[in-house]
This record gives sequence, C-alpha cells and structure tokens, in this order.
Amino acid sequence: MILKEVSFSYGNCWSLGGINFGLKKGELVGMIGPNGSGKSTLLRIMDGLIRTDMGEVLLLNRPISSYRRYEVARQIAMVPQESIFRFAFSVIEVVLMGRFAHRGLFPFEGKEDLEIARESMRLTGTLDLERRSIHELSGGEKQRVLIARALTQKAQFILLDEPTSQLDIRHKVEIFELIASLARTQGFGVMVVSHDISLAAQYCHRMLLLHEGRMFRIGSPHEVVTTDTISEVYQCPVMVDKNPITQTPRVTVLKKRAGAEIS
Amino acid sequence: MALRGTRDRIVDPLRVLSIGVVLSIVLAVVAFISLSMGPAKVSMGTILGWCAGMGSVDQTTSMILANIRLPRILLAGLVGFTLSLGGVVFQALLRNPLAEPFILGISSGAAIGAIGGIVLGLGFSVGVPLLSFISALATILLVMGISSRHGGLESSTLLLTGVIVNAFFTAIIMFFIATASDSRLHSMLFWLYGDLSQSKYIQFSVCLPLVLIVSGVIYIFSRHLNLIVGGEEPALQMGVEVELVKWVSFIGISLITGVVVAFSGIIGFVGLIVPHLMRMMLGPDHRLLIPASALGGAIFLVAADTVARTIISPSELPVGVITAFLGAPFFLYLLKKRGSQWTQG
Repeated sequence: MILKEVSFSYGNCWSLGGINFGLKKGELVGMIGPNGSGKSTLLRIMDGLIRTDMGEVLLLNRPISSYRRYEVARQIAMVPQESIFRFAFSVIEVVLMGRFAHRGLFPFEGKEDLEIARESMRLTGTLDLERRSIHELSGGEKQRVLIARALTQKAQFILLDEPTSQLDIRHKVEIFELIASLARTQGFGVMVVSHDISLAAQYCHRMLLLHEGRMFRIGSPHEVVTTDTISEVYQCPVMVDKNPITQTPRVTVLKKRAGAEIS
Repeated sequence: MALRGTRDRIVDPLRVLSIGVVLSIVLAVVAFISLSMGPAKVSMGTILGWCAGMGSVDQTTSMILANIRLPRILLAGLVGFTLSLGGVVFQALLRNPLAEPFILGISSGAAIGAIGGIVLGLGFSVGVPLLSFISALATILLVMGISSRHGGLESSTLLLTGVIVNAFFTAIIMFFIATASDSRLHSMLFWLYGDLSQSKYIQFSVCLPLVLIVSGVIYIFSRHLNLIVGGEEPALQMGVEVELVKWVSFIGISLITGVVVAFSGIIGFVGLIVPHLMRMMLGPDHRLLIPASALGGAIFLVAADTVARTIISPSELPVGVITAFLGAPFFLYLLKKRGSQWTQG
C-alpha cells in the first residue's frame, strides 16, 4: 500500500499535504503527532473514506478511489477509536459483522463465516465472551472484540485509530502485544495511531510523526522519537532517553519549570 | 413473551422462518376473529365454511363478509405491515428511536393532498387518494432534496427538515380545517386520524405488488442496516455502500407509505411502537426484526381496526384513535419493565 504526494484540504483553514509513504505487509507502523495534526484524517484517506485533492493512494498497485467499498473492506480493516452500539448485539454477532464484505445478497452467514469469526476471537482472546452483550464488556474487552471483527474481514492491512486511548496500562500492553503478533505471525500490514509514544516505540518497526498536516519525520523509532522532534512538534518540554531494558526511546514529560532548566 | 428465550442464538434462516410462521398464524387467527365481529354477528363455524366454499351461508352474510369485512381486513393488514416496516427501517437509518415512517413529512404531505381533494369535492375512490399520493411523494422528494449535500443524506439534517416541513404543512392543513364546512370537516378529521371504512379490494391489489417488491429489496438490505445502526463510518469501513442503501430505502419506504396512506389516512403509532415491541422481544438483528415488525404491524392494525369498527357500533371511531389509545399504555408498561433496548452510547 503506497501513498504518493497525497494532499487534502478541508475548507481553507486546514490541510494535509506532501504525504509519501508505504505500508508493507508484516510491518507495524506507529503514527504519532499532536491533536489536530491530521492523524485520523490520514487514516481515513488511507481507507478511501475521503478523496484526496492531489496525489493518490495505491492499494495493491491500483488507486483506492477505483475500488468499491466492499472491495476496500476485503483489503483494509479499520478499528475505530470507539464504537457505539445502540443495541445489545452479542459479541459473536458483532464479530460476524466483519464478514459483510465477503457475503453476497443472501443475508445469512454460513458455517465458514462462523469458523473465521471464532478463529479471530481465538487470536484476540475473546472466545469466552461469545454470548455476552457488547454493552456488558469492559473497555479492554470491547477493543479486543473490535480487533476480532477487523480480523474477520480477512483483510491484509489493519488501521487502528488510538486503540489504547481509553485503556489502563495493562490493557494498553495487551493491545500492542496483540497487534505486534498479528503483524509478525499473520503477516498483516498494521498502522496504529497512538499517544503512547514510548510504548509504541517498543513495538513499532517504523514511526511516522505528523505535524500540522505534514510528515515531520518518518523512520525507525530512534530516528523519529528524539528530545528535539517531540518537544518541537508537541510544544511541550520532554526528555527522551533510552529505555535501559528494551533500548528503545523513552519519553518523559517534564513539568514546565524543569523543562526550562534543561533548555 | 414466549419468544424471548431464543435470544441466545444467532439469527439463522430457520429462526426467521419459524418466527415468521408463528406470526403469520397469529395474523390469520386475528383476521378470522375480526371477520366474525361487527354489527351482524357471524359464528366462527359459518366463517370457516364460507372460506372453504362449503356450508350454507345466506346471501346477506356472504355479502357482508366478502364485500365489507374481508377487503377492510386485507387493507388493514397491508397498511399495518407497511407502516411498521417503514418504522423499523427509518429507526435504523436515522439511528433515532423516535423515527417512524411519517417523521420526514410524508404524513402532512399526504394530508395536504387528501384535504385539498376533499375541499374540491373529489371522491374517495380515485381523486382523494391520487392527490394524496402525489403530494406525499412531492413532499418526500422536497425534504430529501433540501437535505442532500454532495449526494449525501445526513441523518440529523434530514430529521430537522422533515420536522420543519411537517410544521409548515400542518399550518396549511389547519387553515383548511378552520374554513371547512361541517360536512367536509367530518371527512377531513376521519382522514387525518386514519379511516379504513372505504376499503375495497382494488386498493389492496394496487398496494400489494408495490409493498412486496419494496419489502424484498429492504430485506436484502437487512444486514446493511445492522451495520448502519452502529454508525455510518464503521459501516463504510466494513464495506457497506451506505449512501446507496439510504437513498433506495428512503425512496422505497416513502413510496409504499405514500400509497397506503392515500387509502387509509394517517394511522399513527403503528410504525413507532411495533418495531420497538419486536426489538424488545426478539433482539436488534434486522434480518429477524424486519419481517417480525412487518407481520406484527399487520396483526396490530387488523386488531385495532376491529375494535375501531365495533366498539361504538353502529358508529365507528377513526382507527388512529384506537392504535394510540390501546397501544400507548401497553407500550409504556413494556418500556418501564424492559427499557427501550436503545442506548445512545
């Protein structure tokens, strides 16, 4: 999946431009950047939900705008930040919804769909929740169910929009473990938007730092996450050092006065 | 309530079929009871014989059953079916528990046409229904035209536009009512509260093919609707052509609502409560909810119309009075007991 010179503007006050990068299968890429830097918009562009003004998104060497929605859904699955279920669908019903793009006009799922759904639930550790109502689940369980639904789409790429923002640290780690293993063992190309920079840096192969709609830096976590880049983009005093155990960059946010002392 | 226990199963064709059969049997039983009721009492045995074409049925009875009661029951069933189908689909598409087939202004649009027809002195067999149908369709196209932006229909804009158009047309209707002569006023009020006393076979035969075709198309969209109730963006991400589903469904439902309302007048409440009742009993999956609501609507309206035409016999009440009078308390009781099964998230 390749993005070429992609740009998009929203009215005249807000834009995204000069985006060039590719997402390969088996790769886990973390997207970071301050609020309003265009992360969610970029994710929606990658899923073909918004048209680009210039440039194009190529999905398997074909412009994404030439795909029908169900064709995109067979290649790209998206895990939303938060999903509202107005009705008490059971977990298995929610996961089965991921099969939509693979069914024809006949509105019922078959045995094969059920097997795929159960396999996805096994991979995400949600099998024992099968009969529970989606409303009864905790934040972490719900997020894993949404990932199971994305897996059920049998896509090659998975895009996750801040999947860990509502979770406590244990569940954040669980989600990152899960998506890292999906990229490693199942060969998915995974892009994850996250505000947990240090945690993302431990798992991601590459990171993309977005700043006011532009690609500020892309590369290995070491190249992207530095004291200079993070404090400039986030406009906030930080110290980035090396995590002594994992050797990955570690971001410590400093209170204002401590920040003034080091600079 | 006996259907409640089956909620743990995933919806499959067998379950849809079995619940469909159960509801159809209930509908048939209610229709038989309704046939026997009225100013002239006819025993169930006579009716069974009459239906089978056997037994000795005198000519008057046969005439009452065939020309008065049966066409009315058939039309009541079809109207209930249509309104309730419209309600369940609109609730899903607009993601709003208050939605019903009239919410986008189709009722007031139809009413303008019908009342205009009554004022002009047109008949109830062709003139009034035709004007009503045309103005209902014009209204829904106006509402959809105003609400669409770049080919997209946004739910809250659509709802607001519908409510405002409704208010505007209601003002015009009130003007006509205020200036109408007494004899026409009675016809107008009955039309506005729903009246099935003018039922004829021809009306049923005009509506039936349209209703069947639209129901079939809507049923193909039942999985799409399951995904759309969870939000349009996630539905798009999972592969639903959301705008297509919305345009086809809104137009299809409006078409059949417009055609049945042209014959029946504005029968409120059916399209609102029956989908909610069915959702409370059978769960939120539209593959089951759509047929169950449609059949449930038919049962409810046949029963309500039977009460409407017998309770103050030989006079009649508008059926819309009965649907609200009987439906509202029952619905409130269930709502208190169960909750609406609807979370705003």
